[in-house]
Amino acid sequence: MSTTMAQALNAALRDALDQDDSVVVFGEDVGALGGVFRITDGLARDLGEDRCFDTPLAESGIVGFALGMAMNGFRPVVEIQFDAFAYPAFEQLVSHVAKMRNRTRGAVGVPMVIRVPFAGGIGGVEHHSDSSEAYYVHTPGLKVATPATVADAYSLLREAIADPDPVVFLEPKKLYWSKADVDLPVTTAPFGTAEIRRHGTDATLIAYGPALPVALAAAEAAAEDGHDLEVVDLRTLVPFDDVTVTASVRKTGRCVVVQESAGFAGVGAEVAARVQERCFHSLHAPVLRVSGFDIPYPPPIVEKYHLPDVDRVLDTVARLQWDDEPDRRHLTRVSA
Amino acid sequence: MTAQAEHRTDDVALPGTGDTGGAAARLLPSATPIRFLDDSGAAAPESAHGAYQMPPTDVLVDAYRRMVLGRRFDAQATALTKQGRLAVYPSSHGQEACQIGGVLALRDTDWMFPTYRESMALVARGIDPVEALTLLRGTWHCGYDPVATRTAPQCTPLATQSPHAVGLAYAARRRGEDVVVLVFVGDGGTSEGDFHEALNFAGVFKAPVVFLVQNNRYAISVPLAKQTAAPSLAYRGVGYGIRSEQVDGNDPIAVLAVLRHAVETARNGEGPFLVEAHTYRIEAHTNADDASRYRDSAEVAAWESRDPLTRLETYLLATGAVSDEDIGAARQEAEAFAGRLRTRMNEDPDVDPRSLFADVFAEPTPQLREQREWLGEELAAGGDRNGGED
Repeated sequence: MSTTMAQALNAALRDALDQDDSVVVFGEDVGALGGVFRITDGLARDLGEDRCFDTPLAESGIVGFALGMAMNGFRPVVEIQFDAFAYPAFEQLVSHVAKMRNRTRGAVGVPMVIRVPFAGGIGGVEHHSDSSEAYYVHTPGLKVATPATVADAYSLLREAIADPDPVVFLEPKKLYWSKADVDLPVTTAPFGTAEIRRHGTDATLIAYGPALPVALAAAEAAAEDGHDLEVVDLRTLVPFDDVTVTASVRKTGRCVVVQESAGFAGVGAEVAARVQERCFHSLHAPVLRVSGFDIPYPPPIVEKYHLPDVDRVLDTVARLQWDDEPDRRHLTRVSA
Repeated sequence: MTAQAEHRTDDVALPGTGDTGGAAARLLPSATPIRFLDDSGAAAPESAHGAYQMPPTDVLVDAYRRMVLGRRFDAQATALTKQGRLAVYPSSHGQEACQIGGVLALRDTDWMFPTYRESMALVARGIDPVEALTLLRGTWHCGYDPVATRTAPQCTPLATQSPHAVGLAYAARRRGEDVVVLVFVGDGGTSEGDFHEALNFAGVFKAPVVFLVQNNRYAISVPLAKQTAAPSLAYRGVGYGIRSEQVDGNDPIAVLAVLRHAVETARNGEGPFLVEAHTYRIEAHTNADDASRYRDSAEVAAWESRDPLTRLETYLLATGAVSDEDIGAARQEAEAFAGRLRTRMNEDPDVDPRSLFADVFAEPTPQLREQREWLGEELAAGGDRNGGED
């Protein structure tokens, strides 16, 4: 049955609410409206206004309030309306949500989910398209999930809600309306497990969230150029699956990380570092990255120049020293 | 004739708004802080009591004993800091009425959300003093079990514990638990956004929370006048639909009377309550601070003349509720308490550095397990991170 990612997320929330009385969903406009992306559509109506409810418009308050509820028997799932609107809650996330278990030597766990529609590609005006994953993955104590498929959207969200620790759940906005034939409920691989979405032998593309479809399309196009690319979907950034990533790159000997967010000190930088630490003797070329530029997310009329696309991935794959040619782009930069 | 003179409410009222003045007036604090004692410890006139009830004598005597103990504890902690046994200690000397009053207004089943300045309140709550000082000793965790003690970890980032208190209280109400939550905030903390967001959530969700603002006049060095233009911090509540009161925070009887009422109100389902207690931080912000740079000793002396412990002692002696022997016994008990604390704090805590990885998550990630092993290998090789010889 054809299901959208938005429907899968809605079903995951609905099933979690239905099966566990301690689950509550709240945030801005999640009640009668069903959320600006309709991810909570019908939940308040069908499961009760005490299970899915609107709060005052204050993100720090929402996350801090959720932490208090989590301290007293609930499993809150909060919706932050857009990526950049999560920043007022940053202190709560970093100083409290992420640390409460540690500060209490395990006496107080924080089973909560912070859902964040993130990244661009939908023509959003400023503050509506940020890729904010690096902020969260850099914070010990937070798990970070980024589904890229409809089945994962359902399964990872259910797992996030059941997790004893806080999970920042980053939902790629531009994939909300992507479809797949999936019968729900569905259970996919657990947190901390990357999936090989396309098997290949010549190079490994590593992607997550909104960049995965780009990587897959690029791999199909590369096949026409004679390169058989493997595509790894990280699925959860924390915990990180070193085993799958390392095995793939050791096999192929080449690696490109594809991400939508700005490149500097981003997830791709961490992945590249981990790959060279573990796969150095298998590598035939430097690990390269395809990312957004290091600029504030651009407005709708020019965002296409910012977003990694198939051509940019293919250009990068072409620079993987197939003919022992060094990657002149980076050499030039160093000497300039 | 001016338009103002012609003002008639029924003509100009905005549809759907009604008269909000009456509702706001019911939330407002008293015009002056509630008092049961004057500066000397003599009974204040009843007109200063507001509508609040004098607490029972046994409660006052209990409060007195805990205040004596609390002050001795505070002095001991300050001394231990000077001896290098604590990394830092923020004293609550002079704030004993609030520290003890906040605790005694609660039942054991209620919850308390303290800041870093509430070590005295933790001890009054019955938490082992060594556990209460664990964080300030320089460890990464709060030292006590928050669930067992119904006391959240001492919070350092100002006012950020306020929304937690509201969420926990709301959760308790939804679960049908008879729980009130008291959250401590300072005057500086009332400037933080989280304080306001917490008040707003508490009002909207009718959470059984009491906000106790200890206005000790300074946020480190910044005086109240630079913190707010409000006539009283208690007015912070009105804008959020929260009943508010201000009290002489160095009058233990008044603090108890107002807080007992506030807690009862919250317990009865009448929603949150905000109490501003006017008090004074006698010591510097912490041992690392030099208060002489920003305030003069005459100001401190004026507040010392309104010392909460002296005032309560004077009152209880005058009314015959305690005798000189009782006072001597309370002081002896406090001295013995401090002696035991001193002995225990002079023992070095036994910390396994590998336990740093234990509670980052319920289950360590593969990366954390790996890093714990690396540290373990360093330790096994005799590594000394204090700069000594390996």
